[in-house]
This record gives sequence, C-alpha cells and structure tokens, in this order.
Amino acid sequence: MHIMEGFLPAGHAIGWSLVSAPIVAYGVYSLGKKVKKHPEYRMLLGVAAAFTFILSALKIPSVTGSSSHPTGTGFGALLFGPTAMAPIGLVVLLFQALLLAHGGITTLGANVFSMAIVGPFVAYGVFRLARMVRSPFGMAIFLATCSANLMTYLTTSAQLALAFPDPAGGFVASFVKFAAIFALTQLPLAIIEGLLSVLIFNALARFNPQELRQMNLLQAREAQP
Amino acid sequence: MKKHQNLLLILAVILLALLPLGVVQTDKDVETFTGADGEAMVAINQIAPDYEPWFNPFWEPPSGEIESLLFALQAALGGGFIGYYLGVSITRVRMRRAWQQGQPCT
Repeated sequence: MHIMEGFLPAGHAIGWSLVSAPIVAYGVYSLGKKVKKHPEYRMLLGVAAAFTFILSALKIPSVTGSSSHPTGTGFGALLFGPTAMAPIGLVVLLFQALLLAHGGITTLGANVFSMAIVGPFVAYGVFRLARMVRSPFGMAIFLATCSANLMTYLTTSAQLALAFPDPAGGFVASFVKFAAIFALTQLPLAIIEGLLSVLIFNALARFNPQELRQMNLLQAREAQP
Repeated sequence: MKKHQNLLLILAVILLALLPLGVVQTDKDVETFTGADGEAMVAINQIAPDYEPWFNPFWEPPSGEIESLLFALQAALGGGFIGYYLGVSITRVRMRRAWQQGQPCT
C-alpha cells in the first residue's frame, strides 16, 4: 500500500496531505486527552504502536505470486478510537519513508490516509456493527481488522486510479488494474491480520480485562478471567 | 476449543503464509513474490508511460541486506515491546492472585 516516492503528481500529493493533516492533528489531541485522563493507558498505547511496527514490517508471500504486508492499524483503532491511529501510523510510515525508501515524503499524506485513517475508521465501524448484531467478541475483532486491511489497499488502488486514470477506460479501468495488484494479493494477508489481532486481543482479555471493559470493548459478563 | 484457540490461530497464520509458496508456479526467468508496491509502479508505467517521478528518496538502503536489517529492527522493536508488556501483565495477574490467597509476593 506504500505509494512510492514521487509517484503521485504534486497536486494529488498536496491534496492528500491536506486531507490527512487535520485528522492526524485531532488524533494527537484526542490521544493526549485520553492519556491524561488514564495514565495507565500509556503502555497499551505502546502496544498498539508496536503491533503496527511488527505487522507492517512483515512481507508475506501471497497466492498472486507477489508479496505484501499487513498494516496492524485496526487493532489500535479498536483500543483507542479511529483517529488515534493516525499519528501512530504517521510515525511508522515516516520511519519507512526515511530509512527504508519505502513510501515517501511526497506520498506520506496519501499513505497516511489509506493506512492510518481509512483502515482504523473501517475497523472501528465494523466492530461496532458486529457487536450491535451480537457477534461474539473474537469474531467481531476478526471481521473488523480483516476488513480494515482490505479497505486500506482498496483505498490505495483508488488513490492511484485517481492520479493515473486509464487513457481508454478512465478511473474505473485503472482502479480494476490496481485493485487486481493490491486487493487480490491482500486477501490472505487480511485474514492473517485478522487472526493475529484476535490472538493479541485474547491475551489482553485474559490479562488486562479491566482495561478492555473500561474501553467499552468487552461486556462485563465476557470479561471473566 | 477455547483452550486451543490460540494454538489454532497461530497454525492458521503459518499455513496461510506458507500456502502460496507451494501453490504458485515459480518460473526461473520471472522473479516471483516481489512486492506489490513495486508492481503498482510497473502498472503506473504502463498506464502513463510519460510519467516521471518528480521526487526521489533522500536516502536508500545501499543493499538488500541493509534493507532487511532495518525491517528486522522494526519488527524486533515491536515484538520486544509487546513481549515486555505481556510479561508485566502476566506477572501482575499472578502476584494479585498470590496476594489474594494471602501469600507473600515473591
């Protein structure tokens, strides 16, 4: 999902940065408020960042014959709310842009938008919906993080299609082409991300049930150790 | 089921990651399992052959080895922290239990 350095026309690069910036700023503000109110969340915030660090470093082979990586942003969004992951995703993407030449400074805004904004919002929304229809906790986590991963890559496809519409087929033809590269490759990886997110939530539910209850993720009756 | 759920989850993840290695036909002449990010770049070149990237990275890892070093570092930082946090949490639960049973916390 990393759009490479210089591969978005200047107008698009600036546009996506302008869209992402206020959300990152609000994320910093809301995280600051949360940590001030609950200083004990600080460690858990580190876990959310650490999870994104690991998952976005893992290049995993996929059935399409190419490889890609999960994003790990859905997990943190479920813990801290959808905007909280925007600044954390920004840090991860900046690390990769500056040290790994993966993604870039000019494409940072677009990459933050897909991985650290769309993904987290999808995760948060799907989780709330799944819980509303009384889906079990683990299933809700899986559906939320799995679809967050897929939507991140569909967003990247749309961003590229907007910047590079097909000369004959326009946006749609171009979108289909990029989605074939990204979304198909991503299917098994999205499942992997979902499973890993359930795994870490299982650990949290066992050892830190009081935090999860406080964060409105677990109902009291489900949090029996 | 619940007892073995974590084990099953880990097994499923490993299977999903290994499956493509067996299923995908590898061809000596074509490099397989390259990054999807790079493939998107190729697709851009097909759609807009005249497009020139207008900005270059300030610094690129000088070799694939250095690049994998940095990726490993990134994952190790994350893994280390999560391991530390789980260790702290497990110890906390254990000590609380011991305390409730009136035993000294050692």
